[in-house]
Order: sequence, then C-alpha cells, then structure tokens
Amino acid sequence: MDFAFFLIQLLNGLQYGLLLFLVASGLTLVFGIMGIINLAHGSFYMVGAYLAWSLSSLTGSLAAAILLAIPLTVILGMALERLLFRHLYQRDHLYQVLLTYGLILVFEELRSIIWGDDVHGVVVPALLNASIPLTDNLSYPVYRLAISGVCLLLAAGLYFLIQKTRLGMMIRAGASNRDMVQSLGIDIKLIYTLVFALGIALAAFAGMINAPLSSVFPNMGSQVLIICFVVVVIGGIGSVKGAMAASLMIGLGETFGQVLMPDFAGMIVYVLMAIVLVWRPEGLFGRA
Amino acid sequence: MEKNEKSGYARRDFLLGSTAFAGATLAGAMLPTGMALAQQAKLKIGLMLPYTGTYAGLGVAITNGFKLAVEERGGKLGGREIEWFTVDDESNPAKAPENANKLVQRDKVDVVIGTVHSGVVMGMAKVLRESGTLWINPNGGAGAMTGEACAPNFFRTSFSNWQTTHALGKVLKAKGHKTAVFITWKYAAGEEMMQGFKEGFETEGGKLTKELYVPFPQVEFQALLTEIASIKPDAVVAFFAGGGAAKFLKDYQAAGLKGKIPLYGSGFLTDGVLEAVGDAGEGVETTLHYADGLDTKKDKAFRLAYAKDFKMQPDVYAVQGYDAGQLLAAGLDAVKGNVADRAGVIKAMEAAKIDSPRGQWTLSKAHNPVQDMYLRKVVGKENKVQGVAWKALADPARGCKA
Amino acid sequence: MPNARLTAWLPYFVVGLLALFPMVESTFYTQLLTKVLIMAIFAMSLDLLVGYTGLVSFGHAAYFGLAGYALALMAPKYETVSLWWSLPAAIGVCALFALVTGTLVLRTRGIYFIMVTLAFAQMLFFIFHDTKIGGGSDGIYIYAKPVMKLGDAVLLDLEKLQNFYWLVLALTALVYLLLHRVLGSTFGRALLGIKVNEHRMRALGFPVFRYQLASFTLSGALAGVAGYLAAAQYGFVNPEILSWHQSGAVLMMVILGGMGSLYGAVIGAFAFVLLQEVLSNQAWFGIAAKHWQLAMGIFIMLVALYLPQGLAGLLQQFGRKPVTEIADE
Repeated sequence: MDFAFFLIQLLNGLQYGLLLFLVASGLTLVFGIMGIINLAHGSFYMVGAYLAWSLSSLTGSLAAAILLAIPLTVILGMALERLLFRHLYQRDHLYQVLLTYGLILVFEELRSIIWGDDVHGVVVPALLNASIPLTDNLSYPVYRLAISGVCLLLAAGLYFLIQKTRLGMMIRAGASNRDMVQSLGIDIKLIYTLVFALGIALAAFAGMINAPLSSVFPNMGSQVLIICFVVVVIGGIGSVKGAMAASLMIGLGETFGQVLMPDFAGMIVYVLMAIVLVWRPEGLFGRA
Repeated sequence: MEKNEKSGYARRDFLLGSTAFAGATLAGAMLPTGMALAQQAKLKIGLMLPYTGTYAGLGVAITNGFKLAVEERGGKLGGREIEWFTVDDESNPAKAPENANKLVQRDKVDVVIGTVHSGVVMGMAKVLRESGTLWINPNGGAGAMTGEACAPNFFRTSFSNWQTTHALGKVLKAKGHKTAVFITWKYAAGEEMMQGFKEGFETEGGKLTKELYVPFPQVEFQALLTEIASIKPDAVVAFFAGGGAAKFLKDYQAAGLKGKIPLYGSGFLTDGVLEAVGDAGEGVETTLHYADGLDTKKDKAFRLAYAKDFKMQPDVYAVQGYDAGQLLAAGLDAVKGNVADRAGVIKAMEAAKIDSPRGQWTLSKAHNPVQDMYLRKVVGKENKVQGVAWKALADPARGCKA
Repeated sequence: MPNARLTAWLPYFVVGLLALFPMVESTFYTQLLTKVLIMAIFAMSLDLLVGYTGLVSFGHAAYFGLAGYALALMAPKYETVSLWWSLPAAIGVCALFALVTGTLVLRTRGIYFIMVTLAFAQMLFFIFHDTKIGGGSDGIYIYAKPVMKLGDAVLLDLEKLQNFYWLVLALTALVYLLLHRVLGSTFGRALLGIKVNEHRMRALGFPVFRYQLASFTLSGALAGVAGYLAAAQYGFVNPEILSWHQSGAVLMMVILGGMGSLYGAVIGAFAFVLLQEVLSNQAWFGIAAKHWQLAMGIFIMLVALYLPQGLAGLLQQFGRKPVTEIADE
C-alpha cells in the first residue's frame, strides 16, 4: 500500500465511521437518556429506508420523500412510546428487550406484507450525483461526502441539544433522576415521548439518507442492529462524543482490517469491543 | 406408504372384532382394484423453503415455478393428485435438520423440495440421507451435496456454486484479460465460486492475482474497492447476491471503477437487482444457466404462463423450481405414480432429458445438472444472452462415490 | 398444606408424564420434545446467570455452540465416540472457556456486560464461520450418535430416538436438581445477595468476584451439556448455533418463562419452541402460516406488557393446574 492509497483508505475508514455514527446516534439517545434497550432500532432503520424508497418513487424526489417521511416516523415513535414503552419504564430492562424483540418480528412481517421481499434501489439525487477523481482509476462519490457532512452536523446538533438547551437540561436531569424532575413540575412524560420519538426518527432518517447507498432489502435492519450497539457501548452509553469516537474507531478498524488481515476481518469489531471494555468497563466516555 | 396404510386397515379390522367378517369381505371385494386405489392416494410433496427473511422472495419464486409445472400436468404428477406440505426454513441452518424432520417424520412426505441457503441444504442432507426420502434441491449450490455427501436419493435442478463461475475463465481469456481479482463474501458459497473461477481461468493461462473477501453478510465494500484500484487487474470477478449485489454494483460504479476495470461475475450478481441499481449494472457480463432473450419456444411459453398465473415475471429461481417439478414428473411418469418403486423413480429421473426454459439438460452421475452456461450482458433491465460460454458444463463432483 | 405437598410432588409427576411420552408417539414429536428439553437445559443454565446472579449474557450461545463443535471435532468420521469421555470433555472445554472469558467480562456490569459477552460469542462465531476448523459456514456432520458402553455391552443404544429422549430427559432432571441444590446452598443465597446488592455483599467481606465467576463457569458448563446434546441429536453443527440469534432466542425463553425460577426457564423453552411449531404449521393456519412471525411477535409483546413475571408468573396465579397441561403437550 503506497502512501496515496493509505490516505484513501483513511478516508474510507473515516467516512464509514461517520455512517456508523449516523445509524447509531438515535440509539445512543434513547439508550443513554431513557435507559431503554431498543432491539428494534434496526427495524426503524429499515422502515426509514423503505419509506424513502416508496415515497421517492411516488414523488420522484428523495428530498421530498425525506420531508414527508420524517413526520411519519416521529408520529410512529410517539405512538409506540404512548402505547407500549410507557408501560415498561418501571420494570426490569429485560422486558424492554422482550418487547422490542417482538417488535422486530412484527415489523419484519409487516414489511413483507406491505412492501414485499424484493430488493429495491433509491436514486442518488441528481444534485449530488457526481464523483471526485482521486487516482487514475478511483474516484469518490460526492453523495458519500455529503452524508459525512450530514453526520457531522447531526453530531453537533445533538451535542448542542443535550448540553446547551433548556430541553437538553431537562432531559439530562430526567435521565439521572426521574422523580425529582417530575416533582419540579416538569412534564417528564412529555419529555420521554419526545426523546423517544426523536430517537426513532433518527434511526429512520439514517435509513432514508443511506438508502441510495445501501439499497433497500429485507432484513437490512438486523444487519445494522448489532454494530449500533457496539458503537454505543464502546463509546459509553449516552455519550454523543463517545459514539463519535467509537464509530470512527470501528470504521478505521474494519477498513484497515479488511485490507491488512483479511482472514480476521469479521471479528475485528468484536475484538476491539472486548479490548476497550476490559480496559475501560464503562466505555471510552462513559460515566463510571 | 401403501404398505403402511394396508397394515393400518388390518389393525382396525382386528380391533373391530365382531365386524371382522364384514371387513374381510369388504377387503376381498376391493382386492382386484387394490392397486388402483393405492395410485389414487394423494402424493405428498413437502416444500422446505424460506418464506420469511432475506430469501423469502426466492422461496416464493421456486414455489410458483414448481406449482406451474404441476399445473401444466393437470394438477397431477404421475397421474396422482397432490397433497402439499410447507415448512418455512427461515434460512436458518441451526434449525435445518429439525425442519427437514417435520416433513419427513411428521408429514411423512414422499418427496422433499428445498432449499435456497447452502448451510440449510447441508443440514437437510443429514436427515434425508438417513431417511432415504426422495429429495430435489431447486437452488442451494453447496458443492458437497452432489460431491462428497452425494446420495442416490439426492437430486439438484439448479447448479453447483463451482459451475456458475467456471466458464468465466474462458470468457476472460477470449477478451484478452490476463489477470483478475475475485471478490466475494467470506463463506462457503463464495469460496466455492472463487474456486470454480480460479480453475477455469488458470487452465486458460490466466492469473488470479488476489482473492478478496468481505465478512458475510456485510455490505461495506469501499476498502476492498480501493484495494482493487491499487492492484489494477485486467478484470474483476464478483459474486454477491440480493441486497449485497445491488450495493456492490452501485459502489463499483460510484468508485469510478466501472469504465476502467471491466466487471464480470456469477450470474447472481445481476439477477433480481437490475431494477434496484439503475444503470450501475449496464454492461456487466456474467455466466449463468439462464438468461433473458433465450428466445426458445419453451422459454417463451414458460414466461407467458408464469406471468399470467402469478402476475410477476419469472426469474432463474422460478425456472429451477419449475424444473424440479419437471424432473419429478419424469420420474413419476415412468412408474405411473407408484412412488414406492424408488429405484424406478430414481432410474427414470437419472435418465431424464429435461426440456427446460433454460434449454435442455440432463443429470450428471452425481445428480447435478449438466447444462449450458450462458454468457449474459446487462442491457437495460435485462441479462441479455450473448452466447453459450460453455456447452454442457458438468460439476466435477469431487468426492462423490455414488 | 395439601396444596404445598402437591406442589412438591409436581416436578416428579411432570417428569413421569414426560418419560411416558415416547410410548404414545415415538418419532417426530418425541424428537421435538427432545429438542425442547435440550433448550430447557440451555435456558436453565442461562437463568442461573440472569435470574439468580443478575448477569445478563447475550453471548450464551458461545458455550452451547462450543460444546457442539467439541463433539463434532472429537467424533471420528467412521467410528463412534464414547459418551463417557466426550460429554465430560465437551463440558470441560466450555467450563474452561467460561472461566477464561468470565475473568475478563466480569469486570463490566449491566449493558456493558451484555455486550462483552456478545463480543466473545461473535469472535467464536467468526472463528468457526471464516475458517475451515469446523467445516466453515456450511457446517460439519457428526456421523453417529455417541455410545454408552460398559465394557463391551451397550447400556443404551442412543441411535434409538426414545433412548436418546430418555437420556436427555434424565439429564434435564439432573441439571434441574443440581441447580436447585446449588441455589439452595449458601453459595446460591450469596449469589442472590450479590444480585440484590453487590456493594453490601462486598462490604460484608464476600468474595463477590469469585462467586460470580463460579456461577458464570457453571452456567457455561451447563450450556455445554445442552450444546453437546443438540449436536448429537441431529448430527449437524453449523456456525449459526453460536450466532447472536441463538443467544437472543435463549434469552427470550428465559424472560418469556419468567426469570429467577428454574421452572420458568423450562416453561419458556416449551412455550418458545412449541409456539413456533404451532404458528408456522400450515396444516392449521394455511396461508397465514407464512406470516407466523407476526403472531409470534405480537404474543411476545403481550407477555412483555402484561405478564411482569413471565409465563411462570401466570401459572402461580392460577395455581397448579396449568402446569400439568404443559406436561401433556
């Protein structure tokens, strides 16, 4: 690998890492702030991708599809919180695991009934459908870079929301002491509904914006599920900063792993996770 | 089967005691037509296919194809009506033996049809070898099924993984490519296809510069695409399927490699995904045992009938399912539906010349199709046939002692 | 009082009924029940961790699968392997692996623990999936069932379905009794104490880490028993048996049945396996069977929402009657 290709692989790794962050960001939020272990996170990712596909083939524009789909997923998230998750806050986390496992099955079958089992593609928006040449035979798609930009914006936005806004303050307080916040007259129920809906919408948004790259296909949610948990846990639960660091670490690890030690590429992520957690049991940026 | 039913009758008669006499006369009266009665009993066919999960679409196509073949014979095979049994194998190898058992032991089927996933095929093989049940595999290309694990009751109407890429060696040579890189998922099917290509390419004097593997079922290809760009082979050969194939084709184009290093592949790379990839597949050449635009009478009739029945276009999986029905019909016709004459059925199936939408094919000694491999080229939304890349290609069936 | 006495006899009654089952039906359903019992052992082993030690493992399939592969690699291709040494050896391998991974994973707690256990299971998965050690992604066969011989005499011919079933039933009962004893001992009470309040137990001078490690190791070893039997039952081992789906499935069994009561794990295993069997049965549900996972998902969600103690909790509410119904399955 000469230096130019080393740099390109570095870019690949960073870009892949940012993509991972995009998918995992919603999980950090719901997981870290509400303490909900949402196994169905991948399903919402899938729902987003399928919405992007079906709405963009209806409207002819991905941007329009995303604008239409986001309110839908927010409503979906709020409804699910009201109808299902609300009843489980006081119970053992494992019942959330059970519930969301059931949700995975339900969503996967509904997907099959509504949208079928075929593979579909979403067209890259014309505006971003270009490539930047890197070497004589390799170029970089602009759309990938655009996604990276969106990821960075999103990370900054989330950080700002949680650390700097009044809502964020309430959220943080609610995460550490639910009862106290409630006794202060803050409508903690509403906050939880909002945070949950935001988390779901983020997962779905990741599916939508990634759809032109990933294509849309059955079971696509379960493929990203585990990697999302890995990202969140390595980074430290609830830490946006940590999720970003972990995403980049995994992105780089996988990229260079596939190139430098292809025989072990599959397990690199897990080796990384095991090392980090044995070394720092609360993740990179977790609160002890 | 018939035997079992008879003994069942006998026991019931015995239990009835006082009516034993009446029973005996009844049995006596029926004796001359006993044979005909047995023939009329329904033939039990068990479909073990994925109906949920990633491969659900393939399961449906195979089922449709099979049922079309039966329908063309008036809903009968070998003159017998059919009773269907279905098991969703979920493409989960861990449950494969148990699922196969449902058909063999619970439903006591005469024939098992299945399945898509190679790992599940291997799990089925374990159960069906022991039970000796007639088995036709309409997809899963695991080499071992018609290789070291082959058995007299195992048949396949699709392909072996090795077959789908072997002819590419000749193709690449004819195009003047001297070096190639093979990229696929790191799992058995991918490795077998790599092997098939490697053997074909090396006998032609080509050199497989590098084998690249993506952990299964990951779809992040960027790192290896960059590696391909730095190796600069004359050609790239790939095997992915479904969502992975769609993403690979798009990524290959987006990375700018498409016009620079020609892409070839096992036919599955471009089957069922062309709607999804836009123009990213355009011009990609692959080999497979089926193609668009074959323009034979049989193929046209098949496509028309399939589209009319199921309101969708058939694909290679539907053809494989259809041929499974045709193969079974050939076997059962020879024995007039008397499936208990296993040796007779097997002999007839072995000798069958299947008039398939893909063209005529026969079975090898190991019961895998000996078939023409077409060179296809993606034109628009079709895998247009370019010619025959290898006439009557047979799998080497390594390790098969049957 | 009579009620209590009945409850005490109930497990024996259930085992008795189960033992009679192969007399009634001796092919498919016996095999299905064999599988259910194997999953019950697997679920009980996990319940020791989840329900009694307060450690949620999302990588328990590692030990299950490892034992299966151990048997596959120990069994020669054209000869049989003796149960007497291969079963202990498989259990030993699992115990050792659990001991080693346990020392590492027990540094973490809560969700981190869940994920590190997953990490180790995934590493094992990729070792068997990506290398040729155990036949790669297509899996590997075990050509004959292990044999139980005393001298030259065959004690129990395991090739016979009923015999294998009885062996599995006996081992299930044995594992239940073993865990029952262990959990009733000082050790078991200490585990519960740690589960409730780890800091307090540490302050009281209990070697918390060592207790947890012992529990983790025992749990891994018992999962090995289940994995060994599962591999022996069908003679086929595939990397999928140590995938996270498998870990997830057994965790679902434990939660579904009700954590922290061994019989809850058993009930969970019965419910999980049999429900799938019923819902996906096309003879009963026709076209709807294709979407059996929808019904399964809704059922699981209902349990999560309305049965805080799992199915076992439901049984406690209704007394003893439903338990015998389960035995009738």
